[in-house]
Order: sequence, then C-alpha cells, then structure tokens
Amino acid sequence: MNSIKLRVNGKEVTGQVEGRTLLVDFLRKDLRLTGTHVGCDTTQCGACVVHVNGEPVKACAMLAAEADGAEVATIEGQANADGSLSVVQQAFQDHHGLQCGFCTPGMVMAATALLKENPKPSEAEIREYLDGNICRCTGYHNIVKSIMAASGQDVPAMAAE
Amino acid sequence: MQNFEFVRPTSVADAVAALKGDEAQPMSGGQTLMPTMKARLAAPEILVSLTAIDEMKGVRKDGDQIWIGGGTTHATVARETAESYPALSSLAGRIGDPSVRSRGTIGGSIANNDPSACYPAGALGSGATIVTDRREIAADDFFQGMFMSALDEGEIVTAVKFPVPQKAIYQKFIQPASRFPLTAVFVAHFGDTVRVAVTGASSDGVFRWTEAEEALQGNFSADAVSGLSVSAAMMISDLHGSGAYRAQLTKVMTQRAVAALA
Ligand SMILES: Cc1cc2nc3c(=O)[nH]c(=O)nc-3n(C[C@H](O)[C@H](O)[C@H](O)COP(=O)(O)OP(=O)(O)OC[C@H]3O[C@@H](n4cnc5c(N)ncnc54)[C@H](O)[C@@H]3O)c2cc1C
Ligand code: FES
Ligand code: FES
Repeated sequence: MNSIKLRVNGKEVTGQVEGRTLLVDFLRKDLRLTGTHVGCDTTQCGACVVHVNGEPVKACAMLAAEADGAEVATIEGQANADGSLSVVQQAFQDHHGLQCGFCTPGMVMAATALLKENPKPSEAEIREYLDGNICRCTGYHNIVKSIMAASGQDVPAMAAE
Repeated sequence: MQNFEFVRPTSVADAVAALKGDEAQPMSGGQTLMPTMKARLAAPEILVSLTAIDEMKGVRKDGDQIWIGGGTTHATVARETAESYPALSSLAGRIGDPSVRSRGTIGGSIANNDPSACYPAGALGSGATIVTDRREIAADDFFQGMFMSALDEGEIVTAVKFPVPQKAIYQKFIQPASRFPLTAVFVAHFGDTVRVAVTGASSDGVFRWTEAEEALQGNFSADAVSGLSVSAAMMISDLHGSGAYRAQLTKVMTQRAVAALA
C-alpha cells in the first residue's frame, strides 16, 4: 500500500492506496466524490476529467499514487463559496448544455480549463478543445454555446447548425 | 488491472536501479501504458514512475539544438517550442486531446514507437538524437519497426535533442475516432538537405521516404513528388483504410506539406 497526501478542492486529504488504484476510484470510492464519472475506462470519453495542478487530466488514466502531493479539483469544488453555480456551470444550465448529464462533469472541467488558458476562444477552438469529451445526447452544439456564453461572448452570433 | 508495487524515484540513477527489479517497467504519462495494463496486455510487478524526476523535464537551448527532457509533457512541448520550433510545437499540440497532452510525454511516445504515433515522425524527420541514461542514439538508428526501438531492457529515454530546420511542417491526416494520425508526414528543409518522415502508414512503423527526399532536394515543390509512388505492399491495411489508400495518402500529405512550405 502507498500512503498519499494531496489537496482535493482545497482540502487536504490522506489515503492508503494500492499501486493499481486509479485516481478516479480514489475520488469516487474513498472520498465519495461521485461527481467525476467513468464513461469508458479506456481513456476515450472524458467523463472523468478533473484538474491536477491546474491541468485537465483523465482520472481513469492516472494512478492515485501519482497524485501524491498534487492539487486536485473536481466538479464538486466548482460552485462558488455561497453555493451558487460557477460561471461555466450556470452557462450550461442556461443554454441547455446538458441532457442526461453523464458527460457534464467532464465537459465543465474541460471547459473551465480551456477558459483559464484562453478566455475568449472561438467556436472552432472550443470544438477542438473538446476533442476528448464525448456526449451521447446533446449533439455538442449547446455545449459549445454554453462555453461561448461563459466566456462572455455573443451566443446568437454563432451560426446555427 | 493486476496489482504491482509502485515506486516513484526522483533521479534517473534511482529509476535505472529500480528497473533492475524482476518484471519492472517504467511509466511516464501512462496514456498508453494505463489502457494497456487495464487490458492486461502488460502486467508489471514493479511499476517505476518517471514523473517525479526533475532532471528529465523541461525545454532548453543546447547550442544550436533544442533539448527536451524525456519526461516533458506534450502540453509543455507545445507551449515552450512555439517560437523556437513551431512545427514541433504544432505536432505536440495536436496529439490526442488536451487531457492526453497534460500527462503524455515525449519520452514515452518515442520509447513506445507506436506505428501511428506523431513524435517518431517529428524526431526522424528532424534528424533528432535520442538521449538515454547510458548513450545517445541517432533517430535514424533508434526506430526499428512497429513498437520496436534500439532501447535495451531497463533503458530510459531521458531527453531528445532536435536540430532546428530552416523550415518544417507536420501534416496530420487524422483518424477522428482515435485522434491518432491515419497517415502523417513530417517534412523538414535544412537548406542543403530535405527529410521526409512518414507515420501511420507502414507496418514497419515510422520511415523516411528517401525517393521524395532526393526529388525535393533538387526541386522543393509539390510537383517534384507527383511522379513518385509509394509501394502499398508494406502498408498497414485495416478497417480505416487499405494499404493502397495509405500509400496514396503518404504522397498527398507530402505534397501538401511541401506546398505549405515552398
Ligand atoms: C485518446 C488518446 C489519443 C491519443 N492520440 C495520439 C496522437 O494523436 N498521436 C500520438 O502520437 N499519440 C497519441 N496518443 C498516445 C499518447 O501520446 C501517449 O502519451 C504516448 O504515446 C505515450 O507517452 P506516455 O508518457 O503516456 O507513456 P506511457 O504510457 O507511460 O508509456 C508508454 C510505453 O513507454 C515506456 N516508457 C515510458 N516512458 C519511458 C521512457 N522515458 N523511457 C523508456 N521507456 C518509457 C513504458 O514502459 C511503456 O511501455 C493518444 C493517447 C490517447 C489515450
Ligand atoms: S472514463 Fe476516463 S476517459 Fe472515459
Ligand atoms: S448530456 Fe448525456 S452524455 Fe452528454
């Protein structure tokens, strides 16, 4: 077993993990943070995206032991201190950026990482950035709209598909 | 996934020592190895993580070459070579998706030598040097066929050194489901010489298309390769494309690369 100590959503946590324990399983099973989803487990779908030291990472393709000493952010830590939704979360709600919601935690984490790196992305840049996030429901268009809105850009100006 | 002992050394020397253990295997970003272990195609008893080794990270100038630590992620390479070597930056910035680029490393990609990977084309096309814990290997000698390289058991890629061409470009024809190249071509122009490296096409892995290099040396234009053809015999043939299709793509992507540079 490996002893790990990391910060998750700003709080220090410790754990005992096997070598093979995935970060996503540590988050979901040990910490009971079940907002991070597992859609494929083959590194393809992006439902498990969290931030590790500020960068988007597929938590199904990283060992918990590798997160020792890291700063991890999950969907549970995205809301504002007063409980209101983050700008990205609110935009997803306002623009119907989700249907069943399964892909949404990964989408929100990916979108949040994108906007930190590129505060006013073009529609093409958003679509390219979401390459690793698969959605079975929305057809992506409303997700892209949500992210345009979250970045303070005009949504009606986007071409309809 | 089968369980293993996990170790995370902080120096190359300690990692090399740990890799002497029985059934030990290194892991960098895990973006290839983790799915492989989940599918039980790999089951190391000792997993030696290379992610805490600072001496294997970073991008810096080394004379007229660019030194990139083997543990440097695709995202970092994309960011830090944007000015010094834009073609390499663009290659790194188009690998997989942003989450793959946050973890995956140049050393892992080079060592793995997937027949469809991007970095082998960048390294071979640039005439790079692969630096390991024990020696330096020219890219021309390093890649030895699908998933095969000159690396010995327990040998670690600690860095890759790139000469910077006068101009270069990476033309990637993407296979949209995997986001790997279906076929991609790296063309580098060094003034007196031209190198053309092709990935995703041959069942022997990355290769130099020497006929195209010779033709382009005298006449650097897309027309120079229009009379050439690539044999489909050794090409990968799968549900995404036949060997003949990949042979044709090799030529078309080379022409596009040259047209964009000429
Ligand atoms: C969804 C997805 C899309 C992808 N798309 C692309 C793409 O478009 N183009 C592309 O090129 N790749 C792509 N990849 C692969 C990705 O680039 C991997 O990151 C890379 O191939 C391996 O690097 P790694 O650091 O993750 O290596 P790991 O997975 O950690 O290791 C891979 C292999 O190399 C060995 N190894 C690791 N590091 C070293 C080292 N320093 N020295 C010696 N041996 C070492 C390991 O033992 C293992 O056998 C994709 C992967 C995914 C999951
Ligand atoms: S569950 Fe991690 S990528 Fe699908
Ligand atoms: S909203 Fe259902 S998978 Fe995206």
